[in-house]
Amino acid sequence: MSTAIGRPVDRVDGLAKITGAGRYSAEIALPGLVHAVLVTSRIPSGRIGHLDTYDAERAEGVLAVLHHLNLPKGGSVPALLPSLFGAAASGQTFFPMQDEVIHYAGQPLAVVVADTLDRAEHAARLVHITYEHTPAITTIEQGRDRAYEAEKIFAGFIPGRITRGDAAAGLAEAAETVDLSYHLAANHHNPIECSATTAVWEGDRLTLYDSTQGPNATLHTVAELLNIMPSHIRVVTGYVGGSFGCKAMIWAHPALSALAARAVHRPVRLALSREQMFSGCGHREEQEMRIVLGADRDGRLTAIRHHKLSPTSHFDDWAEPSLSVASSMYACDNYEGVYRLIKANTMTPTFTRCPGEAAGMFVMETALDELAERLDLDPLEIRLRNYAETEPGTGNPWSSKGLRECYQRGAELARWSERDPRPGRERDGNWLLGWGMASSAYPVTPPGGPQRARARIFADGSAVVQSSFADFGTGSATVMTQVAADGLGLPLERVRVQYGDTDLPNTAAAVGSAGAGMVSAAVHVATTALRDQLIAQAVADERSPLHGADPGQITVTEGRMHLRERPDTGESYAELLQRANMTDAEALGTWNPPSMMGTGYGTMTFGAQFAQVAVDPELGLCRVRRLIGVFDPGRVLNRKTAHSQLMGGMLWGMSQALLEGTVMDPAGRWSNASLGEYLVPVNADAPDVLIETVETTDTVVNPLGVKGIGEVSMVGTAAAIANAIWHATGRRHHRLPITIESVL
Amino acid sequence: MRPVSYSRVRDVATAIATVTADAGAAYLAGGTTKVDMLRIYAEASQRLVDINDLPIDHIEVQPDGALRIGAMARMNDVAMAPLVMERFPVISEALVLGASAQLRNMASMGGNMLQRTRCTYFRDAEASCNKREPGSGCDALTGVNRGHAVLGTSKHCIATHPSDVAVALTALDAVIHVQNTGGHHAYPIDDFFLLPGGTPQREHPLNHGDLITAIEVPALPVGRNSLYLKVRDRESYEFALASAACALRLENGVVAEVRLALGGVATKPWRARRAERALLGQPATRESFARAAAEEMSDAVARPMNEFKIELAQRTMVRALETLAARGDVS
Ligand SMILES: Cc1cc2nc3c(=O)[nH]c(=O)nc-3n(C[C@H](O)[C@H](O)[C@H](O)COP(=O)(O)OP(=O)(O)OC[C@H]3O[C@@H](n4cnc5c(N)ncnc54)[C@H](O)[C@@H]3O)c2cc1C
Ligand code: SF4
Repeated sequence: MSTAIGRPVDRVDGLAKITGAGRYSAEIALPGLVHAVLVTSRIPSGRIGHLDTYDAERAEGVLAVLHHLNLPKGGSVPALLPSLFGAAASGQTFFPMQDEVIHYAGQPLAVVVADTLDRAEHAARLVHITYEHTPAITTIEQGRDRAYEAEKIFAGFIPGRITRGDAAAGLAEAAETVDLSYHLAANHHNPIECSATTAVWEGDRLTLYDSTQGPNATLHTVAELLNIMPSHIRVVTGYVGGSFGCKAMIWAHPALSALAARAVHRPVRLALSREQMFSGCGHREEQEMRIVLGADRDGRLTAIRHHKLSPTSHFDDWAEPSLSVASSMYACDNYEGVYRLIKANTMTPTFTRCPGEAAGMFVMETALDELAERLDLDPLEIRLRNYAETEPGTGNPWSSKGLRECYQRGAELARWSERDPRPGRERDGNWLLGWGMASSAYPVTPPGGPQRARARIFADGSAVVQSSFADFGTGSATVMTQVAADGLGLPLERVRVQYGDTDLPNTAAAVGSAGAGMVSAAVHVATTALRDQLIAQAVADERSPLHGADPGQITVTEGRMHLRERPDTGESYAELLQRANMTDAEALGTWNPPSMMGTGYGTMTFGAQFAQVAVDPELGLCRVRRLIGVFDPGRVLNRKTAHSQLMGGMLWGMSQALLEGTVMDPAGRWSNASLGEYLVPVNADAPDVLIETVETTDTVVNPLGVKGIGEVSMVGTAAAIANAIWHATGRRHHRLPITIESVL
Repeated sequence: MRPVSYSRVRDVATAIATVTADAGAAYLAGGTTKVDMLRIYAEASQRLVDINDLPIDHIEVQPDGALRIGAMARMNDVAMAPLVMERFPVISEALVLGASAQLRNMASMGGNMLQRTRCTYFRDAEASCNKREPGSGCDALTGVNRGHAVLGTSKHCIATHPSDVAVALTALDAVIHVQNTGGHHAYPIDDFFLLPGGTPQREHPLNHGDLITAIEVPALPVGRNSLYLKVRDRESYEFALASAACALRLENGVVAEVRLALGGVATKPWRARRAERALLGQPATRESFARAAAEEMSDAVARPMNEFKIELAQRTMVRALETLAARGDVS
């Protein structure tokens, strides 16, 4: 019966985006709008000695210079809670400009407000700050001897030590082991649109135009920070130019923009500069991992020991959950995972596209490849031998798992069985060629509370569906239009989805690849509720051809309700409403997700990836020629946007493997805080990417069986590439990114 | 950004007079370097004199066969000029491998000669940098210096010269033509780019108000068998970690004529004269190429983060020579 869902529909906002008609949060034009610019700390640790605002205050166009001595104190800093809960979601339990203490470089110390952006930027340079330095730790190397085992990480949700069975015993009985140490560089998100908020007060009511993954997260966080009622805040999120996690949590700038607007009695726009994006909204932490795998002679894992060491901030015990997915990827009874942390002078790290999964699975999937090599096993075969039929650790059944099919199809597409397994055999001029593969997996996590949408149909048979979610470039507005059209039985062009506004029915932030699943659930519930309401009305209406019919026998096509068996018996929504003198009808839909604490099932999206890489060992160059990914995402809502998401993820994975890394300067600042120095792939780097999905039906995760595709495809790409580099050259790499100097 | 004023001039004499008369003025060509410099406070001009209307954008052959490129010719136009592609593929390739298509459409050849280093400390107005603020020190010496130079460095500055096309022009013995209120001057390109020594702030011999009018490349038949090889982390849109501009002529398998210059590894576009000398008269083999390349790098000074460049530069030279040698005796 579904007609719109799955179709490769073009983006509903595509035209507005490419023509520039779509307005991003830093483009909202308001009368009297003025500009705020942050002044941030040069040093990673110490105190402000003197903060001299004399020149800045006298610069042309300057309206205010706010800092710890004159910033009005507000409410309290909310707890660090992932925004998937739908509540306040502060990215770190620290709010700047409250005192003179400096915890990290890039910490906001002052906000300059002026009538134009250029003047505000210039005046920001005129705020003269002297510092009292105290010793800083900003890297693993500097803090290694102060590392501690975390009691809990990730906002308290994950224990610092996770065990099952007896890893030591499992290793003792292993016929073969690998024991490998890895270093992964810190990463930054680098969406094209830098974070920005435009704040407007009307009396004691505040409107924020905010670039975020979760408008309600902004609302609740700012409400607590400023101690104002949530009912007095409205957050509008129109167009968002990407996020990759840096807009998943709420950082200081929305609240600072509101404080600045209150101080100058004008609407204020606060946009982070590209450089400030490196210290204004979190990062993926630098990390070291050590993994020990033991296997019997047949390649069956007898034990996994996986330890991680990473710096966190002084405020929060945060580590991305690098061990989680890797721990439940393969059947293995003996497991030990440990997170160790170092308190460092950085901000609290945060969700960064594929937070943890990408890093941990790189380690697991390359280590498994080395183990396969030692055992003289095919890399695909060792994965099949350790295939987890149930969820490791809990023994729960999977809600759905198409991984075996993914492996099989991917291997066919890559002609895996035809490759010469020995490394360094294939050449193309100066290039050595190799193939590698890896598994992908990403958890399906329900949101922390009810998700809502409202459906309203007008007497002409057109409908508007409203929900507060943000579309930050993924295509969610488009797929929700499809879901709504099918829910109501309307053609696509009769449905408009309104979104990105906290005045609309509540949804949590679209994070953790959960957005499509949870918002589609709410939209589905709302639209089918409205459909059922109208069918019930028709059945009860004596003048309706459907009077007295069994509602269960009625279906809706193209806005016309009719008997399933006798399509000529029926009438349109419009006829029904007009006859009843109703201008519209409306229904609110609420989806109550399964408990975050467990559904009784293992819920995961899976995939298999294959990469062909060319290596010029003389010049140290690695160029990816082909990427093949096959995934089991459950229901695909739109083949085109799904393909784009999956391809984007794989390219990020390539980027993780070969390019991305933020480097700490000895002075304790990120040294490459620009798009010129922080490398992400350009078009010329993009290989031939082939993507397929395998059919999987999932009845557990949400009403439409949508498992989520936002991030899974980034998992495993880097490992497949590193494994391919080995196959090309015979050399293993344990540092990311794999740079020219490490290949030379 | 600091407030700046802006004006547009239509003839060379007015341009020179306007900038010369005002110590706070500077030429604005494509603006792809200049505007960045102002935005990041690495330079402090108060007045921009736009020279985009000056009639100095021709690409033409002189009676003696030399190629004359007007200072305002756009990088892309030069790269795509059939004349350039045919006679000096190394120039065309160096241009095409630089920046991005959008930038190359704006950026001028004169501006390219005067682009500033990508050293992050130079670009961070609050860091210590002898080039930006003489005598303030050099944070790059102990900082993140993976991209920095290993040739031509001093204890005051190790910044890499970023230009690609200047490397090709250096290999070809180009001449930079300059005009000022006193008249016309011509600088052989190797004298135009200065080593940092104790004065890293002086990158070229120009005085305030001097206008580059043209770049001239002498007629050079060996230029037809030339190439530019650029090695970098990603495939496009990145400065070189190491690059080589090379032209080669063999006679009976022996090097009869060679031009070699390096980019990405030196404080100025680096003419590899030692390697050239070592190559002349030698058989065109991998061994003699490697020996010459090693000879060129024998005085290189590296820091821990850029040590790989010494090896990489050699391999880049060898690859460039091998590639040209394999094409045979084309000239
Ligand atoms: C993102 C990015 C990537 C880049 N990548 C590369 C690369 O890979 N390879 C590469 O070679 N380059 C690269 N560049 C540099 C680019 O080539 C230069 O910015 C450009 O060539 C400068 O030319 P312009 O006309 O824009 O100069 P402008 O920015 O207008 O001027 C540069 C300087 O030259 C002065 N000036 C300009 N014209 C004259 C003249 N005729 N006489 C005297 N003074 C003059 C100006 O006053 C100014 O000081 C890159 C630049 C950017 C921004
Ligand atoms: S290397 Fe040169 S440009 Fe860079 S900081 Fe040192 S002096 Fe300045």
